[in-house]
Amino acid sequence: MSDLRATDIRVKGFAGGINSPNPFWLASAPPTNTGEMIMRAFDAGWGGAVWKTIGEPVTNVSSRYSSADWNGQRIMGFNNIELISDRGIEENLREMAEVKKRYPENAVIASLMVASNRETWHEIVARAEDAGADGLELNFGCPHGMSERGMGSAVGQVPEYAEMITAWVKEKARTPVLVKLTPNISDIRTVARAAKRGGADGLSAINTINSITGIDLDTFIPRPNVDGKSSHGGYCGPAVRPIALNMVQQILSDGESALPLSGIGGIATWRDATEFILLGCGTVQVCTAVMHYGYRIVEDLTEGLENWMRSKGFAAIEDFRGLSLGRVTEWKHLNLNYKIVARIDEQKCIGCDLCHIACWDGAHQCIHLDRVSGPVDGPVDLHSKPAVKEAESRASIAVTPVTRKERALDPAGHGPYPTPLARIPRVDETECVGCNLCSCVCPVDQCITMVEVDTGLAPETWDERTRGTARGPQPQP
Amino acid sequence: MSTATLPDDPQLRERFTELKPPLGPQAAVIEADRCLNCFDAPCTGACPTHIDVPGFIKRIASGNVRGSALRILDANILGASCSRVCPVDVLCEGACVMHRHNRQPIEIALLQRHAMDVFHASGEIPAVAPTTRNLRVACIGGGPASLACAAELQRQGAQATIIERRPLPGGLNTYGVAEYKLRAAESLREVEMIRRMGVAFRFGTSIDSASALRTLEAEFDYIFLGVGLGAMQRLGIPGEDIEGVMNALELISAYKTGHLRALHGTVVVVGAGNTAIDAANAARRLGAETVYLLYRRSEGDISAFDFEYEHAKHEGVQFLWRRQPLAVRSDAHGRLLLDTVQVRPVERTLLPIPDSQYTIACDLLVPAIGQSPFAQLVQELRDIEVRDGRVIAEPGTGRTGNPRYFAGGDCVNGGREVVDAVAGGKRAARAILKAAEAANE
Repeated sequence: MSDLRATDIRVKGFAGGINSPNPFWLASAPPTNTGEMIMRAFDAGWGGAVWKTIGEPVTNVSSRYSSADWNGQRIMGFNNIELISDRGIEENLREMAEVKKRYPENAVIASLMVASNRETWHEIVARAEDAGADGLELNFGCPHGMSERGMGSAVGQVPEYAEMITAWVKEKARTPVLVKLTPNISDIRTVARAAKRGGADGLSAINTINSITGIDLDTFIPRPNVDGKSSHGGYCGPAVRPIALNMVQQILSDGESALPLSGIGGIATWRDATEFILLGCGTVQVCTAVMHYGYRIVEDLTEGLENWMRSKGFAAIEDFRGLSLGRVTEWKHLNLNYKIVARIDEQKCIGCDLCHIACWDGAHQCIHLDRVSGPVDGPVDLHSKPAVKEAESRASIAVTPVTRKERALDPAGHGPYPTPLARIPRVDETECVGCNLCSCVCPVDQCITMVEVDTGLAPETWDERTRGTARGPQPQP
Repeated sequence: MSTATLPDDPQLRERFTELKPPLGPQAAVIEADRCLNCFDAPCTGACPTHIDVPGFIKRIASGNVRGSALRILDANILGASCSRVCPVDVLCEGACVMHRHNRQPIEIALLQRHAMDVFHASGEIPAVAPTTRNLRVACIGGGPASLACAAELQRQGAQATIIERRPLPGGLNTYGVAEYKLRAAESLREVEMIRRMGVAFRFGTSIDSASALRTLEAEFDYIFLGVGLGAMQRLGIPGEDIEGVMNALELISAYKTGHLRALHGTVVVVGAGNTAIDAANAARRLGAETVYLLYRRSEGDISAFDFEYEHAKHEGVQFLWRRQPLAVRSDAHGRLLLDTVQVRPVERTLLPIPDSQYTIACDLLVPAIGQSPFAQLVQELRDIEVRDGRVIAEPGTGRTGNPRYFAGGDCVNGGREVVDAVAGGKRAARAILKAAEAANE
């Protein structure tokens, strides 16, 4: 039932006091390099912006970016070796004050990175807050260049350093302090816990992932090429979203880590953003999609989110934030007696038979092309193998239908469906393990659905099955 | 012995610009990425030569264009000409599952052309086994069936020799396909590759007597008949031998080889098959102001493919349905006068409608009512069954009643597409190799 009440996507009091007209912030990155850019972004509709990291100005290299393209699509993943702001601290903060004055409703967060000593941090915190920043984001995540100088992920990979610097900042800060986490660590929770112990008000996750996006096969030089050499960069863009979602879930489901979280990682559409919010994020940050398409994408982000909320009857972000978090659990708590099988909609099947070959070569040999020859259920040895099927086709004689009469014939031997019956695969439900692979490879929406079948067994998890046995853990006291 | 090309003719190129321009390298990759890579793909099944279509397309997508071309050539040595002349709407592209998905089939022909163009530009040839088999085969006729048969034999280590009566090889690929689909130069480039694979060519050699056949039998172990069909059929009306009458294949080969540079006035083409349409379109492009296509049956009965018919309408060809030619005369100024009559179908025959006669004045009359069964050799092939002018051969092997003779292409199938001829030639080559192996055991 749709809800006709207006939806409210405002963010109120995030991480102890940051407000913004919507949860969509620009991440600290090239799109937030200058005040001029951020003001244009706010005009376009962005709710907040995390300023390109401010610190002692750096010298950047040329070139800086590279892309991992896939299947004809540009920028499946994106990589950069750019450092923090190459503009002076004073210049950045003067512009920040100007932005805040003109856009009091939008969130302006100062991303900071300075040398690891207390006074230096105190000083930059004070200057950023004096410029009007609504909050601070400590860049403990930058994986390239800055880490070689003892900053960025060099801090973010050592919980003790992260805790210490967070505590220094909190001594001085009057605005909320977010710690931006690096994913380049075996367990992101160790640093999240450290930040929490240090007094952080919130977290931002994830920063970019160490990467080499590719190598030029003519010159043998990896990308991006800087005068014949490359360096590992930070990976982002659509490819990293699943990794980011997992880390967000890890942080927010861990009591010692959980803090208000600004989700980052491959967000390009309102759908992506909604997933992060469903796992508990209070705001989201976007960079790569803006670098690809410009600030204008925020229009669909906000509209799409509002329309989805309306269709679900959610009036505010808090109505659905975190709804999916409890739906992630450890494997041992999954019901072993839940069974689904694949069903193919014969009306929708286009006969590509990708499910057949995927099931045979990548799963459990239970999708067969035997509707014409007669269905056979059972194990692999009862069925003719894919190679046999292919060889039969290659040995057949096909001729061009040159006359009208020939063209009117149907050499495919049709059945009652749009696709010839011989090409519509059939699922042997007795062998199907319900793995989902066929539904993943099927190019047609809703053609293969996974249907629950009643096993007649009560739910039972691995944990339950092995509890009290020699194999498993003993019951908790 | 040469497969020399024809001189480049800018006027011809301009008048017969390609119907479908080639894909650029990036466009090819984008299109290749669209392919779903079906298992046991219907496009492959629909192709008479069973080219591994998803296999070659995905090689384009990955940047392995050489591998893509070799994959095509494995199945179809005339991959370049087939990519241009195949009626893909009723073959691979017609079978594409995309029709049932988002309805835009993969541009298989253009992708195949892309791979083949890159390969031919490289000047490479497919791998050929050394001629160690001591097996010599004569392929009579220089068209697609013989070329495919000879190339397959050569690849497998036999020595093939093509015997062609015309000065240039390629058969209808060189002489008979509309220039906006396949340039004669492209056909010759493809044949040149086959020559470089080791196939020998003899031009200007007609095999038209029993003694010529006996000579061949003495020199070769097996003989493949890829002689195609005979001349175009005659209208069978008074006056059709007068000046100004030129059959469709004569017209097409004349303009493709530079012997016919321009037309004017009114041209009447008789017939409604694909060759009739090629001729009618050519007449338009060569300058004829008015081109009529005269057909004794109706629009729904034409044997031309739908896309050919649509194309002719776009070219400005005008169709006169249910009109039959009666006689040709010439007037005092040397123009042709074609007497015609309207007919109507009555049961299985066509009856003239009274008082419906009229005369069309024209400058050129082009009969295009199909090729006659091949005639030159037929009386000599006493050991081989010939029915209705077609050589009777096993579909899967091209084997005839005479164990030393195999056959394929139009002379067996009565006139189909280039790709059918290639498939027939390739199957015959494999059967010849098998027969030779069996004979040696």
